Amino acid sequence: MSTATATPTTSTRDAARSQSPKFLRGVSPTALIFIGPAVLLLTVFMVYPAIQTIFLSFENGFGNYIQLLTADPRFIRFSFPPSGALFNNILWLIFYTGGCIVIGLIVAVMATRVRYERIVKAIVFLPMAIAATALGVIWRFVYSPDADTGLLNAILGVANVGPISWLGSAGFVNTALIVAGVWGSAGFAVVILSAALKGISSEILEAARVDGATEGQIFRRIIIPMLSLPISVIAVTLTINVVKLFDLVYVMTEGGPGNASNVIGVQMYQQFSARNFDYSATVAVVMLLVLIPVMVFNIRRFRSERVVA
Amino acid sequence: MTVGESVGGERPPRTFSERLSRIVTKSPIHIALAIVGLIWLLPTIGLLITSFRPASEIFTTGWWEVFGGRWDFTLDNYATVLGSQGMLEAFINSISITVPATIFPVVLAALAAFGFAWIDFPFRDTLFLVVVGLLLVPLQMTLIPLVELFASLGIFGTFIGLWVAHTAFALPFGIFLLRNFFITLPRDLIEAARIDGAGNVKIFRMIVLPLSVPALASFAIFQFLWTWNDLLMALVFAPRPGGLPMTTQVNSLLGTFGTEWHLLAAASFLIMAVPLIVFFSLQRYFVQGLLAGSVK
Repeated sequence: MSTATATPTTSTRDAARSQSPKFLRGVSPTALIFIGPAVLLLTVFMVYPAIQTIFLSFENGFGNYIQLLTADPRFIRFSFPPSGALFNNILWLIFYTGGCIVIGLIVAVMATRVRYERIVKAIVFLPMAIAATALGVIWRFVYSPDADTGLLNAILGVANVGPISWLGSAGFVNTALIVAGVWGSAGFAVVILSAALKGISSEILEAARVDGATEGQIFRRIIIPMLSLPISVIAVTLTINVVKLFDLVYVMTEGGPGNASNVIGVQMYQQFSARNFDYSATVAVVMLLVLIPVMVFNIRRFRSERVVA
Repeated sequence: MTVGESVGGERPPRTFSERLSRIVTKSPIHIALAIVGLIWLLPTIGLLITSFRPASEIFTTGWWEVFGGRWDFTLDNYATVLGSQGMLEAFINSISITVPATIFPVVLAALAAFGFAWIDFPFRDTLFLVVVGLLLVPLQMTLIPLVELFASLGIFGTFIGLWVAHTAFALPFGIFLLRNFFITLPRDLIEAARIDGAGNVKIFRMIVLPLSVPALASFAIFQFLWTWNDLLMALVFAPRPGGLPMTTQVNSLLGTFGTEWHLLAAASFLIMAVPLIVFFSLQRYFVQGLLAGSVK
């Protein structure tokens, strides 16, 4: 690695090449100056610890994995209905990802038809800049069981319903959290989809209108198919968000009441705080395993785009 | 971006009656968008109003009653959280953590992205794919060994540890974003500079960096907001006592004062203030980065 500091003149570069180990031959010293620091940092503080975590999770063979997947109701309980952190992540995956895409689509399509499009998009996008911690406080306040402080219970109170303890009841807590999550992330879908909508040429739409297509047909047969790539991009990004989900749930409920709203990311942290290091490592590895199909999908997409470009 | 090119674009109305009929046919859209706007604004506005109300009022009346004339304005809540609840110190800690944790990744990612875009070396594309793959590694995957590693390096519970962890986790996204921007720069320009005898360092400094200000700004804004808003890394690695940033401070306020809304509201707006300023002043770069990072 000492060659990395050599001055990049032709002669020293050749000298460096002949001295460097076989696998580095052909790597110019300047290449090492540029990528070296980043690769070193990634190796030492990301790749190496991740490998250590995998070893730690196997500290007692497959014991941790067997316990986690078959005997830990906090992680997954195969009853009817199922429960546990993994099941809650699946709920998030379906309703948070789906909710963001559906709302994003509706708002993006409606916004392109009005002059205050930019204002609408900015308002819906704003929560993206806010810390999940602050977002959690905002929604804990909305959900407050006291009808004199919580907006939602105040509104329901007008219709003589409630007050309901949204975050305190196992039946409502996941819905309440996912609504807060969708509120926080729908702006992402709106911005991406609205940029994609701008890319659909107005000639195609005009031609369809001239041929007598209804607005509904245009939406289903033209707009949706042409948006399939950006929609898959949003789905992938939000799926990764779901698997890594931590702050919002931790701030709003810490996975409670009981274990009703726990998710994998929070459970890992709870085990970590309780100093069950090998068991929390197992939960972390499962998080990574769930993400691998997403990673494969992403790299494929990346490769196919390079072919196109 | 002109209206005529957009999906809903129609030619402008010519007569008054045409304009009127258009407003009427579009009124369902206006109403729906107004509802959307309310849903996305009211929760935040409610907390903002609450942060300026006296504690005694908050427990007896809803924040919406200020619209009926109950408007007692006070800055006491902000004074309390900044003073006795330690939010001023936490604010300074957030800045001390975030500024270096933004500068380091931008510099290192820009260097590496240039290497991946414009310098030939063996296994370059494979290595780049590995870096892109690291985007997926959750922080949880490295927490436990990082605690031990930082402890053995003597940087556990210091700002340095937080800077290192934030930098490492920012690099995959930064390299990905910047490399994809750098390869769009004109090849002729860079080849011409090479023929004129410019080395890679010079090309990077004199050509690539000046042309890439928008991409660098996008990444810097993202990383700044990510670090500013981070809770998990701060919970594990921040110095305590005395070194906690605002997110962890508010989280512990939630534990002790779960229903003291006057304090929680003011503290939350202190967290939000800087990101909102960044968002409103640099929205263009923010959206550009978002589109480049995901659509490309």
